[in-house]
This record gives sequence, C-alpha cells and structure tokens, in this order.
Amino acid sequence: MPAPTHNRTVLVLLDPATEVRSSVLELFTIGRSLGRVEAVTLEAPTVEVLAQLGAHGVETVHQAELPPSAQGEARHLSAVVAATLAAAVRLTDADVVLTPSSFTAKEAAALTARELGAGVVIDAASVTQDDEGRIVAGKRVFAGSWDTTSVVRTPAAVVTVRANSVVPQPADAAVSTVVEGFAVTVDGVVPTVVERTPTERDAARPTLEEAAVVVAGGRGTGGDFGPVTELADALGAAVGASRDAVFEGWFDRYVGQTGVTVAPRVYIGAGISGAPHHRGGMQASQVVVAVNNDPEAPIFEICDFAVVGDLADVLPQAAEIIRAHKEQ
Amino acid sequence: MRIAVLVKYVPDINAERRFEDCRVVRDPAEGTLNELDENALEAALRIVEALPDDEREASEVVAVTVAPPEGDIAVRKSFQMGVDRGIRVSDDALAGSDYFGTTAALAAAVRRLETEGPVDLVVTGMAALDGLGSVVPALLAAELGRPAVTFAKKVAVDGGTLEVTRETDEATETLSAPLPAVLSVADTANTPRFPNFKRIMAARTKQIETWSAADLDLDLAAVGAAGARTETTQASPRPEKPEVELVQDKGSGGRALAEYLIRNDLV
Ligand SMILES: Cc1cc2nc3c(=O)[nH]c(=O)nc-3n(C[C@H](O)[C@H](O)[C@H](O)COP(=O)(O)OP(=O)(O)OC[C@H]3O[C@@H](n4cnc5c(N)ncnc54)[C@H](O)[C@@H]3O)c2cc1C
Ligand SMILES: Nc1ncnc2c1ncn2[C@@H]1O[C@H](COP(=O)(O)O)[C@@H](O)[C@H]1O
Repeated sequence: MPAPTHNRTVLVLLDPATEVRSSVLELFTIGRSLGRVEAVTLEAPTVEVLAQLGAHGVETVHQAELPPSAQGEARHLSAVVAATLAAAVRLTDADVVLTPSSFTAKEAAALTARELGAGVVIDAASVTQDDEGRIVAGKRVFAGSWDTTSVVRTPAAVVTVRANSVVPQPADAAVSTVVEGFAVTVDGVVPTVVERTPTERDAARPTLEEAAVVVAGGRGTGGDFGPVTELADALGAAVGASRDAVFEGWFDRYVGQTGVTVAPRVYIGAGISGAPHHRGGMQASQVVVAVNNDPEAPIFEICDFAVVGDLADVLPQAAEIIRAHKEQ
Repeated sequence: MRIAVLVKYVPDINAERRFEDCRVVRDPAEGTLNELDENALEAALRIVEALPDDEREASEVVAVTVAPPEGDIAVRKSFQMGVDRGIRVSDDALAGSDYFGTTAALAAAVRRLETEGPVDLVVTGMAALDGLGSVVPALLAAELGRPAVTFAKKVAVDGGTLEVTRETDEATETLSAPLPAVLSVADTANTPRFPNFKRIMAARTKQIETWSAADLDLDLAAVGAAGARTETTQASPRPEKPEVELVQDKGSGGRALAEYLIRNDLV
C-alpha cells in the first residue's frame, strides 16, 4: 500500500472490546494506509485484545466514560456508539472514522457523521485518499453488478467497510498500547434495553460475514443441512442459508440483501435457486460455485463453476476428497 | 393514533438496474415500492387494527415519500395496502440528495404533519433496496429528537410505549421506548398483505398530496446535490463473468467440485 500522504488520524470502532474480529483488523490495515490509527471502545479491552492492537500498530485506545443512562447493555445502542465516536473525533482531531458494516455500526456511523457534519459512506469495499487528501470510497452496488466511486466532500469522513475488503496485515513494527478514558455525554432519547442476549458464536467455525469460504444451503436441502455442514467443515468454511431455509427453521442465519452480506473468496450455494434477493448478498464473492439438480437454476448465470446434481450426493463426495487432499 | 409510514420508490431488483451520469436510473417502467417498506406498511396497519374501535376510527396512517413524480407508484401501492393518505415530497432541488438531505426532507414532512396533530409513530422499512443503507430511520429519529427503535422482528404498542424484539448480528434484544418514536421493521416482522379488490377500488379515488421544498421551508443549501456531503464520481458495470464451467453429476460431480477448488488454490 502507498505511504500516507497526509498526516491524519483515523479512528476505528472496536465494539465489543473483548475480541478483535478480522473485520476490525481489516479496518486497522486500511487505516494505516491513510494515517495514524487509534481505536475507540465502550468498555475496557482485554489483555489479549491489547496485545493484538499493539501488533496492528494501535498506540492509543480511547475508552468512553459513559453517563449512567448509557452504561450497561445500552452502551451498544447506535446512538450511544455515535455519541462516543463523535466525542472521540473532537478529542483527537481525527478526520476519518472507520467502522464495520453491521446493521448497528452503520446506524452509528451515520449518526456520527450527522453530529460532525461529515459525509458518510456505507458498505465501502475500499477506502483511499486523493491528491487533495479527500477520502475516496469504492462500493459494489446493485447486487455486485456495478462498481461506484464516491468522494467525501466534507473535511471529516465516516466510512463503514464491508468484511473481506482487504487482507488484514499486522503493522511493520508492534507498538505498546495505552488505554485513555474520555468523557462522553449522550443527548436525546435513547431506547431502554429491556433484555439483551449476545449471539453465541460457533467457536469451531468462522463467522458468516467474515469467512473466506462460505457454504450455504437452501430449500433444496429438504431440511437436512448435514451435507452442507460436512463440506463447510472440510473447507474450514462458515455455514449460511437462503431466507426460505431459515424461515423453514432449518438454519439460523441467511445470506442476502436482507440477511448477511458476504463477499468471501469462495461462496458455494447448494440447493439454492439464486433469487435476486439472495444474489444481492453474495454476488460480490470472488468465486461462486453452485450445486443444483435443475440445469435451468438462475444461480448458474452468476457461477464460475457448477455441478448439476443432487447435493446429497455431490457435497459429501467433495468433502471426502478435500479432507483427503488436506491430509496429504 | 397517527402513523406516518415512509415509503421509497426504487428500481425493481428484478430489472436491469443501472447508473447514468453517476445517478441511479429511475425508470418508471421498472420502478416500484421498496419491497421492505411493505413490511413497514403492514406493521403500521396492524398496530392501528389492534386498537379499540373508537381509537381505531380516530386513527390515520399516512404514507410519505420523497421522490420525483414517478414516486406516485409507491404511494399508490401504499393506498392499495390500506393507508388513508399519501404524500409525495418532490422538488428539483432535492435531486441528488444524500442520506442527510433525504432525512431533512422527511423530517420536515413529519413536522408539517404535526402542525395538523401529533404524529405518534413513524414507521420505516429496514433498508431501501437500492442503496441498502439502513440509516435513514436512525437519522430521522435524531433529527426529530425521538428515540429510534430499529430492525424490529416483533412489535408491540401498549398505551404510550413501543416494545420491540430484534436480532442483530451481535445480539437478540428487547428494546422499549415511549411514543412518539421512530420504528423500523425487518423483513422477518410480518408477511405483507395482498391488496384485495375492495382496497384496489378504494385506492383509485384517493389523491396524492404533493409538497415542495418551499412548502416545507427546507434549507436548499442542505439538500439535493448542492448539499450532498458525498459525491459519486464514477459508476461502471462490472465485467461479465466468463462462461460457467457446468458439470453434470454422473457419479463424480463431487470429485469435480473438489478438484476445481484444489486446482484454483481455493482449499
Ligand atoms: C423482501 C424480501 C427479502 C428477501 N431477502 C432474502 C435474502 O436476504 N436472502 C435470501 O436468500 N432470500 C431472500 N428472500 C427470498 C428470496 O426471494 C427467495 O424466495 C429465496 O432466496 C429462495 O430460497 P431457495 O433458493 O432456498 O429456495 P428455492 O427458490 O425454492 O430454490 C431451491 C433450489 O434447490 C434446488 N434443489 C431442490 N432439490 C435439490 C437437491 N436435492 N439437490 C440440489 N438442488 C436441489 C431446486 O432446483 C431449486 O433451484 C427475500 C424475499 C423478499 C420478499
Ligand atoms: N426517499 C425516501 N422517501 C421515503 N422513505 C424513505 C426514503 N429513503 C429512505 N426511506 C425510508 O427509510 C428506510 C431505510 O432507508 P435507507 O436508510 O435508505 O436504507 C426505507 O425502508 C424507507 O422506509
């Protein structure tokens, strides 16, 4: 990556601060190409997290000191996160804020930009700066069928970045990381969090939005996700589904325009027809593979490689050969 | 109860969507009501239908869109689903608005509705399928100084309180907020009703009210392309994929798949 041309500070949202997901490591990598990177949290980072931040060149973590009304579970609400990010920008004179592209982070990013009078780009696939130091973001839109470039016209920029936009790289030299508290006030009416249960992550598999390989099953599985998970495990991949499969109760998370947007190196869809809503969430994948017993399935139009056949036969056989290949 | 439902006019995702001069082409032949706003309309109608008779009769559901004249398509569809009133905010000065410009126009429309009587709830979809931003509801709530309760999977309004359950990437949450509030509903919240014959007939006679930037006292420097904080400078279609490599499974389709991945260094 080119050396930064402007001596700017870039803030990266780290919420929660109990782990550093690969999507956040990507933000550090992008951030370092633009300037000096600092992290913003709503809670104390763990020791392991601090070590990772150091390896990625983050010298300073700004940890919010929240008013009582915004503490506890309320701290993850987008209005609280936004108040924190905006206060951190004022504190540090940073002019770029990077966040992941989750639903709540997008809201927080927009609200931060609103408070700062800054421009916001949602779902960027690249972030660079032009000769004048303006932030330039690339996006893939319309189900991955168009590429756009946007320039932020305001002095400050807030950008949410999709996972799998860059390969995360540690900094050339590790640094030691210090945590500094700063006071945050939250204006406006914030909803009350009556109850909150963090989503359990399957420790044995990568998360859907961040995985380099995704295997997804649809209605064609007939409810048996065994072959889908078998292939996923052979590949070390995340498992996803179509919305119909989730609505049937066969799996919990779906890929698509209203579900999780994925852009992995490889997406494998099995028993999925390839409806526009589904495509919208996976068409930006680098390689698309499909298994479907209907030679006319629309998903074949956007595939690199496809097998016309019954997924119950095809997936276990593929899994077996991949396992054997890995053992070599 | 008075509810404003925000509905967007977007290019049909089944059509060939494209840009021209870095702007989204909004061809009326291929434009439609944002599907996800049908969930918003359904949620609003159900909230009103669940009220006691007298309150229900005193209720009003108003569809509001910020769009060029073609946006009437979205408002008409809202009529067919059963809303009482429809408003289109249109002005040449609004063309090229970013999220903030759009939000300013929507907020001004809600404020104007408030001059007639309180608006208890603003309901939106979880995202507009053209840009998939999912940020207008939160921005609008901030603009109006109301709590934002977004991405609802389950919605309950009890007296003056809104309670919602949602599933984000991070957690399952139950949130509550006092009315007036802004609510966005997920696609999982409900199954939108089909317009029946009676509603389609009733919709025919309904008039769409149109409001201009001047009607809403909008600051023209903050909206449209002039006020936009970001500018799309390039838009190009992605190159077509090469022909798909299609293998018929005759007993070794799985092997072919595995070998494809191995050969391309994807394992
Ligand atoms: C507002 C809205 C938003 C939506 N958002 C999303 C979204 O985000 N994500 C999403 O996925 N969907 C979404 N949908 C639903 C979407 O339109 C489709 O209905 C859905 O994606 C279809 O799921 P499917 O491919 O599993 O099922 P189907 O379309 O029924 O396809 C099943 C496929 O399996 C094949 N098949 C059957 N048996 C076998 C077998 N033994 N082996 C191999 N192949 C087999 C069939 O040939 C067929 O192609 C949305 C819909 C709406 C209205
Ligand atoms: N121009 C618009 N007119 C009316 N409603 C809109 C408009 N833009 C966005 N909305 C509403 O805000 C929701 C989220 O939009 P977005 O933040 O653009 O993804 C949509 O589902 C609509 O309910």
